[in-house]
Amino acid sequence: MSKIKCQCGHDNPFGTVLCEKCGRPMTEEAKKSEVVDMRYEGSARRSQTYKRSIIDKIWNFFSSVKVGVGIIIAVLATSAIGTLFPQKLYVPVNQDSPAELLAYYERLYGIIGTLYYKLGFYDMYNSWWFKILIGMLGTSIIIASVDRVIPLYKSLKKQRTKRHASFMKRQRIYGAGLSGDAGSSLAKAEEKLKNMKYNVKTEDGAILAEKNRFSRWGPYVNHTGLIIFLFGVLLRGIPGFYVDQTMWIREGELRSIPGAPDYYLENKDFILETYSKEEADEVFGEAIDRVGTIVKSYQTDVSLYKKKEDSLPGSTDLEHVKDYPIVVNKPLKFDGYNIFQMDYRLAELKSMTMQLIEKKTGKSFGQFTIDLDDPEGVYELNDGARVDLIGYYADYDGVENGEPVSKSPIPNNPAFIFDMITPEKPNGEKSFVAIRQTLETEENAYQVKFVSAETRDISGLTIRKDKTLYILLLGGLIFMIGVIQGSYWNHRRIWIQKGEGEELLIAAHTNKNWFSLKKDLNAVKEFADLPKYEDRLDNESSSEEEEGEK
Amino acid sequence: MGLASLSANLLLVSFIAYLVATLFFGGAVKGAKSEASYSNHRWGNVGITITIIGFITHLGYFITRWMASGHAPLSNMFEFTTAFGMMLVGAFILLFFLYRTPSLGLFALPIAVIIIGYASMFPREITPLIPALQSIWLAVHVITTVIGESILAISAVAGLIYLLKHVDMTKPSRQRFWLEAVMFTIVLVLGFVLSSTTFKVAGYEAHFTYIDKNEAPAKITYHYPPLFGMHEYEAQTPGAMEPWAEMPAVINAQKLTTFVWSVVTGTILYLILRLIFRRPIASLLQPFAKKANSQLMDEIGYRSVLIGFPVFTLGALIFAMIWAHEAWSRFWGWDPKEVWALITWLFYAAFLHLRLSKGWEGKKSAWLAVIGFVIIMFNLIAVNLIIAGLHSYA
Ligand code: HEM
Repeated sequence: MSKIKCQCGHDNPFGTVLCEKCGRPMTEEAKKSEVVDMRYEGSARRSQTYKRSIIDKIWNFFSSVKVGVGIIIAVLATSAIGTLFPQKLYVPVNQDSPAELLAYYERLYGIIGTLYYKLGFYDMYNSWWFKILIGMLGTSIIIASVDRVIPLYKSLKKQRTKRHASFMKRQRIYGAGLSGDAGSSLAKAEEKLKNMKYNVKTEDGAILAEKNRFSRWGPYVNHTGLIIFLFGVLLRGIPGFYVDQTMWIREGELRSIPGAPDYYLENKDFILETYSKEEADEVFGEAIDRVGTIVKSYQTDVSLYKKKEDSLPGSTDLEHVKDYPIVVNKPLKFDGYNIFQMDYRLAELKSMTMQLIEKKTGKSFGQFTIDLDDPEGVYELNDGARVDLIGYYADYDGVENGEPVSKSPIPNNPAFIFDMITPEKPNGEKSFVAIRQTLETEENAYQVKFVSAETRDISGLTIRKDKTLYILLLGGLIFMIGVIQGSYWNHRRIWIQKGEGEELLIAAHTNKNWFSLKKDLNAVKEFADLPKYEDRLDNESSSEEEEGEK
Repeated sequence: MGLASLSANLLLVSFIAYLVATLFFGGAVKGAKSEASYSNHRWGNVGITITIIGFITHLGYFITRWMASGHAPLSNMFEFTTAFGMMLVGAFILLFFLYRTPSLGLFALPIAVIIIGYASMFPREITPLIPALQSIWLAVHVITTVIGESILAISAVAGLIYLLKHVDMTKPSRQRFWLEAVMFTIVLVLGFVLSSTTFKVAGYEAHFTYIDKNEAPAKITYHYPPLFGMHEYEAQTPGAMEPWAEMPAVINAQKLTTFVWSVVTGTILYLILRLIFRRPIASLLQPFAKKANSQLMDEIGYRSVLIGFPVFTLGALIFAMIWAHEAWSRFWGWDPKEVWALITWLFYAAFLHLRLSKGWEGKKSAWLAVIGFVIIMFNLIAVNLIIAGLHSYA
């Protein structure tokens, strides 16, 4: 495309609105307007210039702030829908069973709940369309930034100190008038502006005072931070970057850590503490009276082991790494992994002790103990009697098709089938025993009776490894630098130059915070006897000031 | 005097100081002809001095309560909301010194007073911390977030002044309707405070058992005469009112009862005010806004978003993520409270972009600031009370 030549002799890129050097309006529209749009210095932006090919169209779509805001609002509005009812993750039913999930939403929320489930809102933050929205947000941020930052950078770099009068006249803050001695006013203004830490340049009876240009890059820096953050989120889809596992570990148990190969964890003790009455009475008494007991802490004392370097595959030759008390807010950290205290269950059944008796006489053949995690098959008792455990159902849930079934491998409701072999009944008698229930196919002479049960606590832990955290943190940091840079400083420019004879022209621009700009300008005006200026967007304060002066 | 009661008394002092300071700012606005002439008005100076005294005693409340309980007083509805009121005054003081405009105080302080009044309706005793909250991040994250939110809220105050000045209250219009709706909402909050205090003074209590949404038996206490009953409720207090209707398990009928009582009280209060003054509330306040400089209010509205947005991002998103990672093993879990923080953040991002690029200034920008405040309050109140998640306090 051809260049546009300005009267001042500068060649501007096609699409320029205000000459990069002297600021003369280049388009008909700019020539007609009273106050020109200074947002990107009237520079040539791709999206405003090329509108033909399909690529141009896509580019222009994403670079539009209108579209960008539209996407932001779309993300915002859909996110809100997801908080209407709890998300799948927070629903206390089996996560892999669509039927149970549906039933949950239906039971609690009726027809709307069913609809919520059917439309996929119950897990909407993982839905394809939500991810596409986020992707569009990222694309829009990238394209909109590139479209603007380059032309903005170029035109700020090329700007000339002396501007054309037609540029000055079209600024929001503008004033012209005679001054006693234009030359000395200019010199004084220069001195004052320098004192106020402005960067002052002069050229042929003209001053350009500029401050905080770096703040103009704030939005682009913060957008970069956002993109890095989104990129980090994207990475967690890649295997190895992200581990998220849970494990239940019982007191006394040593288990390999899921997601962390070669590492083993032993649960030495689980401790639950509630706020005691003594400390309660002092300050918390009232609260505890109102809501009942409050948990103070829960903690798992663990030992971490690692498989020895040179050990054979499959062997469990372990090396002790460290002991650590895991509590909420203080995860165990090792080798990029974090293990968090998440949950607990108290008093899970560990083992049950039974005895074999003769029903008629009540005579006991002795006791035996069944380890509920690893039940043995055969228990030898006194006087040549023995009990064979021929069926075990850890979490007994009734009989289906003539067979007892277990809901889970966790011993919440253990049930057994025993074969009782005694000298009198060498062929054995079968008996089904569950908690508070004994079933026999035919009347038996002997019975296995419950004596006692032992319990222990189990601790619920979460294992995480997240290599993307540092990327996310970096993104967050850059974002913060960018917003602070763009929000807590503002780019200010003041132009002062000689017009005809002793006439002085002043104009000023800032990207935000006009109030402070005017304060600066007033200080210079006082000191250097500059002509009055007006803020064309604030008629009130100009008239108020006049009132004040009267 | 123990620390805890010292703390309560300090809060009372600040409450009164804010009320008195409001009167002085009112005097400053009334006595001046225009923005330019009142900036250095004597009444305004007295007003800001009293405000600062109130703020210092408010800080005193915060620190002594912290010392008494051993943890940052930010762990329940009362503490959190009171802190929000405190920071709101702090944010006002900051902007007052930037712009020296008493009208801002005239509107910001009553809002802070209402917020503290609202907070005081919740259980005020000191609660011990559950394990998830036992972290230095509780203080860091919540304090930063509250500061951010309160600076953002100042933008709504400036917006409200702008709207009161510019919306024509003599002719029916959409803007007039919504402005009056904002006033009505404020009166509803007063209705809550009024009805809650009344029943508290009367010592009303009614106990119930019910079946919760996980089909487990549970107990609950009403402090209002129960209009609605919990799921499969059974009354435990003889002589208490019989609820009108039983609610399904997902609706907390006790909170619904409180809500309906507050709305009814608030509406009656509103109607009384309308009968006395025979004018919309917004037009009653209009004269106090008339002298504010529009351009200045518009600028304060924008500037406070600019100042508050980075602070909010740091507190409500970045610190929140770091802590969530320590406490719950994931930095983000789409918990309702988190989502609403994100929504707030996105909303203000949209605000900044509209303002910057589409030139949404004046009334449009003022409305956006008011909506932003509504979202913040929604997250503070409604999400805690209605959509309870991991963060539910009260
Ligand atoms: C959540 C997402 C976003 C955040 C948090 C964000 C943040 C910001 C912030 C803080 C500013 C500075 C505003 C001011 O100083 O008043 C800004 C400016 C800007 N943003 Fe975004 N932004 C986001 C998304 C987008 C999107 C999707 C677009 C696409 C159109 C976009 C385009 C722009 C533009 C054009 C500017 C002005 C740049 C300038 O004046 O030099 N932003 N953004």
